Amino acid sequence: MTEIIQKVKNLSIGFKSKKGEEILILRNISTNIKKGETVGIVGESGSGKSTLALAMMGYVKHGLYTIGGECEFNSSNLLKMKNRDLEKIRGRKIAMIPQNAGQALTPNLKIGYQIDEALQLHSDLKEEEREKKISELLNKVRLPSPETIALRYPHELSGGQQQRVAVAMALAGTPDLLLLDEPTTGLDVTTQAHVLELLNFIAKDTGTSMVYVSHDLGAIAQVSDRIIVMYSGEIVLEGPSRDILKKPIHPYTYGLLKSIPKLSLAGLPQSMPGSQPQPGTMYRGCSFFDRCDFSEEKCKNNSPKLEYLEDLNTSVRCFNYKSLVNDSQVNQTVNKIKTSLQDKEILSLSEVSISYAKQKLLDQVLNRISDDNPTVKDININIKKGETIALVGESGSGKSTILKSIAGLLRTKGGIIKFDQNRNLSSDLKERDPNDLRIIQLIFQNPDESLNPNHTVEEIIAQPLKLYFGLKSDELKKNIIDLLQKVRLGEFYMSRYPRQLSGGEKQRVAVARAFAAKPDIILCDEVTSALDVSVQAAVLNLLQQLKEDFGTTYIFVSHDLAVVRAISDRVAVLYQGRLCEVGPSKDVYQFPSHPYTEVLLGAVLEPDPDIKPKLVAEDIVEEKPPQKGCSFQGRCSRILGDICKSEVPPWQITNSGNSIRCHIPLKELQKDQIN
Amino acid sequence: MKLDNIYQEEKKSNFAKVSEIIITMASRPSGFIGLSILIFHVILAFISPYIAPYDFKAINPTLMLQAPSAEYWFGTDDLGRDVFTRTILGGRTALTITFFGSLIALLWGGLLGIFCGLVGGKTDDIVMRIVDAFLSIPWILAMLLIVSLLGTSTEVLIPALGFFYGKGIVRVARAATHDVIAKDFIVSARARGHSNFSIIWFEIIPNVRDAILVEGAMRWSWMLLGFSSLSFLGFGVSPPTPDWGLMISNARGLMSFAYWSVIAPIVGLSSLIIGINLTADAFAKALGIDRSTKAPV
Ligand SMILES: Nc1ncnc2c1ncn2[C@@H]1O[C@H](COP(=O)(O)OP(=O)(O)O)[C@@H](O)[C@H]1O
Ligand code: SF4
Ligand code: SF4
Ligand SMILES: [Mg+2]
Repeated sequence: MTEIIQKVKNLSIGFKSKKGEEILILRNISTNIKKGETVGIVGESGSGKSTLALAMMGYVKHGLYTIGGECEFNSSNLLKMKNRDLEKIRGRKIAMIPQNAGQALTPNLKIGYQIDEALQLHSDLKEEEREKKISELLNKVRLPSPETIALRYPHELSGGQQQRVAVAMALAGTPDLLLLDEPTTGLDVTTQAHVLELLNFIAKDTGTSMVYVSHDLGAIAQVSDRIIVMYSGEIVLEGPSRDILKKPIHPYTYGLLKSIPKLSLAGLPQSMPGSQPQPGTMYRGCSFFDRCDFSEEKCKNNSPKLEYLEDLNTSVRCFNYKSLVNDSQVNQTVNKIKTSLQDKEILSLSEVSISYAKQKLLDQVLNRISDDNPTVKDININIKKGETIALVGESGSGKSTILKSIAGLLRTKGGIIKFDQNRNLSSDLKERDPNDLRIIQLIFQNPDESLNPNHTVEEIIAQPLKLYFGLKSDELKKNIIDLLQKVRLGEFYMSRYPRQLSGGEKQRVAVARAFAAKPDIILCDEVTSALDVSVQAAVLNLLQQLKEDFGTTYIFVSHDLAVVRAISDRVAVLYQGRLCEVGPSKDVYQFPSHPYTEVLLGAVLEPDPDIKPKLVAEDIVEEKPPQKGCSFQGRCSRILGDICKSEVPPWQITNSGNSIRCHIPLKELQKDQIN
Repeated sequence: MKLDNIYQEEKKSNFAKVSEIIITMASRPSGFIGLSILIFHVILAFISPYIAPYDFKAINPTLMLQAPSAEYWFGTDDLGRDVFTRTILGGRTALTITFFGSLIALLWGGLLGIFCGLVGGKTDDIVMRIVDAFLSIPWILAMLLIVSLLGTSTEVLIPALGFFYGKGIVRVARAATHDVIAKDFIVSARARGHSNFSIIWFEIIPNVRDAILVEGAMRWSWMLLGFSSLSFLGFGVSPPTPDWGLMISNARGLMSFAYWSVIAPIVGLSSLIIGINLTADAFAKALGIDRSTKAPV
């Protein structure tokens, strides 16, 4: 038997509510972490996964306390240890990489200095040895030319590089156990794939055990040997990674895997109803009961125990797991999206360019914008009525910038935005009349930010109704109830505040507010990125349903290519504010592709251990688009040479109507990409 | 992470909200003490004209500097006036002037701060610079100038104090507004085409109100101290109006042999300042605003 490094026994952690009740965040958790293995802990926000990871290094968040159980490391209970003793373990024996660890580096200290500090703190190396160790560590996390990186400041590194430095610092004390809390969340797809690959390498190379906490099954699938699925503070499923992902025998995991959009599937996956109960709201019965497709009468009042199945080497918490054991292949069915595409153009952008550059005084006086290398340039897109067009690209590629100009929130430098073939829309709000404003509505990424926390749901939805249609009293109320119904929320939500709603419910309110204006076009900026996976599909299905009912046109911005594949009719790929490829979804997702699309597609993480990301290009980040030539020249692995650096590539059109902007002839692209 | 189960909470009436805040404030010992002191002073201010045993301006040379007795609870001053009467009436003056002064400070400071935070850019820069320039003059000198030009009537004192104590509120309101306007709900309202007025009224004010009110409450106690210092220097309200600052100033030379004539106003003033301070602190805590980082200066 392999050595056990950390033993979690019957751990319960909770807090006292205002009324004095004990509310549990973690309920009776037991698990073992073995030497050299990587365990993925997956769950939605609020399922207790971070609390568990923190407890594994003897840390309980302020406001919470241990109710019972222990975390045993080297045969002592971390949760009962004195701070002085814990300090000897943390950083040396157990290290943690929190979310955004890269961003948490001290900004005014050089990288080398910060790693040196970590070494002084967590190792017994002498000064000469430390110097060598620093470059060794930087080498290990595969940063190019460690000597120069050591002399840089954090802001001179890209997000991915900062994250690598964070990993290097965590490895300074040669820990036996490395805890990672959402280490790649918030990074770009390509960067994410690179960091995961690095973690895999380090696990193999150093033999360190890792606990990898994430909400993202795609990331978990790439790194873990074993997976623990948490739901509402409990372990509901635990077993070998492959089995869990291929044959999940717990209804929650099964439903979750069915609801995640995949690159290979066109159309919307089935959604899981409801949302995870808040801590303290569940008192008896199975915590998944409300959302379960397999539930029976007895699940309502009896809580299932975590049962270990010897033959599968899996633990499961469900009365009915047997009905899944025989048949739990996740056969994903999708709701094909119906396009109500009309031939009429509803919005066209021609030669749109946008600049953030600070304008010189003369230009300010003349009220013009001049910038020879604007953030966004050459945008030509015609959007048909009833279409869903997606803008994809990494962060900073200009997706939101374009949306802002369409919404009139950001002045363009040049170009024309036309509505309904004949009406010019100014990119300046003040020059739009109320109707121009009504026809275009926005839905934002994070409903916590887009809903005023001091307004009730009723007040939120009333705003556009009052503003555009002057509705009052009974009629206003009737309309609000109507809209709530359309987004599948009951009337009683009217008096609630946003903080009393779950993430999915909040986003529904934001959707209702957008539809209240009876808009022709809705701009969706990463509308599902802040949501839990299990509610993402529900919101996507809702958007699709509403679109079919109202004939709305969506401009859908996302960095998630699988989501885009599920919902969009057409896709436009952006790099550094320039279009690379525009075409019908099914064609964009097939070769030949623009080399940048190829990179993006390769980096998508699927919740399947057999589909590994392909890392085609380096995950460097460019500050500014190049002055001349192809926008992707700085990262393109297929670059042809001078022509790419001096001439803007031509648009090439495939048989299916997909436009690709590259100097490489389509035939050659296709040949190279299929090999 | 919000740890409490908040799902049962429903929309409350304003009355319910206010009473909940007061109950929360009073549930902390410091808040309870602060509130009690403040309420005591406010009640006293209301009823003092009716319960004052003597005429506050009745001079009686035969009764000069009497020690406290059953007849004159706090003794008498150098002109033979009843110190008890003057003390309870003095609180009335101080409270009224500084209360209305604070309201004015809140109003102009809050509105200007919100305006600056909202428009940002050059306008914001210029306005803030003017405000700073104005207020970099030591306030006490400026007050002296104003008072000597315009007199010491309440109509002058209230707006002048209100003006000088609004500066801190401008800063707080501006900072709070800055935080709020970056939020998507403001972007969303702008994109819908709501007017600036409606954005300020419906979107911004509900989100900055708490911070501004707390700051105002804090400023109140500082204004009280400032106002009393003015009177002490002889530039506040003019005699024979009963006022703590004046009383302290008059009697300070007599301290060694007629301590009573100075103790009462000192206790009155300091207890009121402490009361307001504790209340403001409890108010901030009840609203969940962390003031520890921005001590009033
Ligand atoms: N307010 C701003 N001022 C200056 N530059 C900005 C601003 N907002 C965005 N940018 C820059 O514009 C580029 C495009 O950003 P954005 O449209 O937000 O991209 P995306 O939505 O695709 O992530 C990035 O390089 C970003 O740094
Ligand atoms: S115990 Fe019942 S409700 Fe819970 S997951 Fe199993 S079948 Fe569903
Ligand atoms: S034009 Fe050149 S640099 Fe640009 S994508 Fe094509 S091959 Fe790469
Ligand atoms: Mg964006």
